Amino acid sequence: MADPMKIRATLAGDTADIKCLMNHAMETGQRKDAKTGQLIPAHFINRVTATVGGKTVLEAQWSVAIAKNPFLGFKVKGAKAGDKVVISWEDNKGDKNTAEAAIS
Amino acid sequence: MAKRIVSLLLACLTMGAGLAQADPEADLAGLVKHYKDRLPDLKPQDYIFGALAYNKDSMEQYLSIMDFPPYLNDMDKAKALWNKPFKNGKTFGDCFPNKGKNVAGDYPMFDDASGKVVTFENAINSCLKANGETEYDYGDMKTMGLVTAYAKSLSDGSKVNVKVQGKGALEAYEKGKTFFYSRRGQLNFSCATCHVDNVGKSIRSDALSPTIGQTSHWPEFRSGTEPTTLQTRFRQCNIQVRSAPLPQNSEEYNNLEYFLSYMSNGLPMQTPVFRK
Repeated sequence: MADPMKIRATLAGDTADIKCLMNHAMETGQRKDAKTGQLIPAHFINRVTATVGGKTVLEAQWSVAIAKNPFLGFKVKGAKAGDKVVISWEDNKGDKNTAEAAIS
Repeated sequence: MAKRIVSLLLACLTMGAGLAQADPEADLAGLVKHYKDRLPDLKPQDYIFGALAYNKDSMEQYLSIMDFPPYLNDMDKAKALWNKPFKNGKTFGDCFPNKGKNVAGDYPMFDDASGKVVTFENAINSCLKANGETEYDYGDMKTMGLVTAYAKSLSDGSKVNVKVQGKGALEAYEKGKTFFYSRRGQLNFSCATCHVDNVGKSIRSDALSPTIGQTSHWPEFRSGTEPTTLQTRFRQCNIQVRSAPLPQNSEEYNNLEYFLSYMSNGLPMQTPVFRK
């Protein structure tokens, strides 16, 4: 997907609060095209991985229940300012995207 | 008894004079007093948050969402639209003083030459027209909604400063005010029924916001991701009372926006904002 993800990572004490906005149509495969009446094929993120300072902290398997342009938020204990957060996703068509940010 | 009759007569005379002469300042003062009585705990600086300011939990959720709002990617698109040069090389910024910074508070304004209210959206389309580009559809949120979302953000922090001066302006203002106070639709509500008479009360899953502070933060991203101009919201409100909605940029809606914006004079603008 062309549109970049946005990541916001802030530190409160020893816990990093990480927020991420992804761009993805997240089509369930159930919707019909208004003009043609044909089903719009399923196209959704099915794997999400997040690492902090090189260590994997989150692995998710998503499906059609996640809405368009997903928002992901999670907290990580024991993080430090400046640690690199990398979030990547892969979808059911094999498209990938990744973005990173430093914890501030 | 005689004194009562005299004072009643005097009251009728002054009221009669009042009806003939529009007085925006007095209207605003009247609403300020009304809301102070009905919403004694609402601080003046919180009027811009509307119903969100009624309880602490709502405000906290709102501020948390505004920290990293879901419309960030749309705002990138909006910024790109605003900065994209026209075929002749100029940009939207060239149509406004200060490249568009801190101008939104002056809108709507009354143009004596054309005898009409001019909204910010009108100014955007005038800019397109003057530069040989196709004007936007006032109801197209992907163009008009997005561009105004970014354009008005350039006025964040500046105050609403709508002027109503001169015969034409006062007439348009009065028409907007009349619309606001007129009942309509199958439910037979006026704007005032909810936002003045029943302000603060719950309606289904929402609470009714006061008129003061309503217009300082448009377009909004409703449900977080749907760019919505003020007049699109007028349409939604009219539909909600089962009244036939008017098109964006209709004379009635422009006059209504003129009246409503005056009611938010002096308040700081912030665009866009999240609303559910």
